[in-house]
Amino acid sequence: MKIATPDTLEKGASPVGASNKIIEVKGVSKVYGTEVVALNDINLDFQAGQLTSLLGPSGCGKTTLLKIIAGLLPATQGEVLVNGKKIAGPGPERAFVFQDFALLPWASVLDNAAFGLKMQGMGKTEREEIANHYVREVGLDGFQKSYPHQLSGGMRQRVGLARALSVNADVLLMDEPFSAVDEQTRRKFQEDLIRLREVEKKTFIFVTHSIEEAVYVSDRIILLSPRPGRVSEIIDPDIPGDIGPDELRRNEVYLETVESIWHGIKKYVE
Amino acid sequence: MSTFNTADPALLHDRADAPGLASRLAQLPLIWKLLSVALFALAWELAGRSGFNFSFPTFSATVTAFWEMVVDGSMGMAYLRTLEPLLIGLAFSLVVGITMGVAMGLREDVEWLALPIFIVMQAAPMAALIPLVTFIYGISITAKVIAVVMLAMPVITINSYKAVRNVPGSLVSMCHSFMGSRPKQIWYVVIPAASPMMFAGLRLGVAEGFSGVVLAELLITPTGIGDLITFHRSVANFAHMYATIASIVLFAVIAVGLLQWVETLLFRPEKRSVK
Repeated sequence: MKIATPDTLEKGASPVGASNKIIEVKGVSKVYGTEVVALNDINLDFQAGQLTSLLGPSGCGKTTLLKIIAGLLPATQGEVLVNGKKIAGPGPERAFVFQDFALLPWASVLDNAAFGLKMQGMGKTEREEIANHYVREVGLDGFQKSYPHQLSGGMRQRVGLARALSVNADVLLMDEPFSAVDEQTRRKFQEDLIRLREVEKKTFIFVTHSIEEAVYVSDRIILLSPRPGRVSEIIDPDIPGDIGPDELRRNEVYLETVESIWHGIKKYVE
Repeated sequence: MSTFNTADPALLHDRADAPGLASRLAQLPLIWKLLSVALFALAWELAGRSGFNFSFPTFSATVTAFWEMVVDGSMGMAYLRTLEPLLIGLAFSLVVGITMGVAMGLREDVEWLALPIFIVMQAAPMAALIPLVTFIYGISITAKVIAVVMLAMPVITINSYKAVRNVPGSLVSMCHSFMGSRPKQIWYVVIPAASPMMFAGLRLGVAEGFSGVVLAELLITPTGIGDLITFHRSVANFAHMYATIASIVLFAVIAVGLLQWVETLLFRPEKRSVK
């Protein structure tokens, strides 16, 4: 496990070789109204092909930061670069997975999964073919014609995931995607996410408030502290990659990392 | 751990306490509806026969009077006259009301300008304003159309406005995040998400429109159904008067009921929301 604090880092630098930055966050601040400082001077790089978690107690601005990266919220100050280019809104290289799933209740699973492609102007046959592939990949084969109200919470989020995968973005932005599903489904999801990462070779930015979840799924954890939201620590959990999920949850490095993050975060949770 | 097999073949047979014919009939909603209509007719008949009020006809006399008016064509003519301002007024309320409501829901400047007007229109007793309309537009069909619009449009507009405002923000964000432009966000997310509530407003608007047209025909100048009511009242044909009143009430109920049926057909409740 390597831990870096902002003091030991140069601004914007990354602790492990800044070789393959896909997203750069430069001096981003967000002020709501005139008083509430949600984010204060955030400088971060996100490596291509990695799964990075934004972790922190509620009110630390992790979802705000994710929405700024997505282009859904404007930053008050600073800029976000994707592949070296400054963003001015949502783009085809980023896809968002919503905490509340954000499925269209009147549309079938297949139509929901194809929605992103529809917005890009792709024809019906082609987009349904692609969406169908990803609906199968997330394990919903046979539910293509179902409606969201017929699915469980976990299945609904799989549709949200299929929709994000269908547009073939390089970066998947996930806003607490598993927080609205039950614990058992959540564990299964986390395992699927790890597998998906290997298959899809995409970059994931993952917002969570669960320390265990962050340590379990991430290559890197960015710990944010609240009021105002700042980067307090960057952690690279050095968990051996070749062990199974059940073994991992008992792994010493895993448990140690969870423990040390909890110590770092405890002072903000009163 | 042991499990019990609950798929006992004995459970496949009819139970001894299975419902009999009478209770099965009682489960048909139509039976109950017909029964309640019959009870209502009986109570009306008895009240009419009791002679508690000289102007109150019996049910049978009212039905006979209704039939007479259908046969001599006066009922049909009256409905044709009444439907004209009603349909024009409703069509206008629909187009303008929904457009205004959606615009108010989407844009704060439009909301700031127009919402107070519709709130006042919805709250004010419109019947009190109808004489003013007569001063300006005389006794023309325009005045009657305006009466319908004044009653039907506010509820249609306010419902459309609220429907648009109630569209979940995350759905619009979702469309935006997949690079849906503002027009696409409105067309593919806002309008479909708002349409069930907009349609409910439309149904209420149609009900209000019926009030508007009958008020106009009673207050501005007697034509159509209003004329039929006024005429038979003036010549003390009370059975005919009641038949006319009952027919317009029934007509409105059926029209609104049909809309409700279409509403549930188009927007099945389970498809309205995921939560």
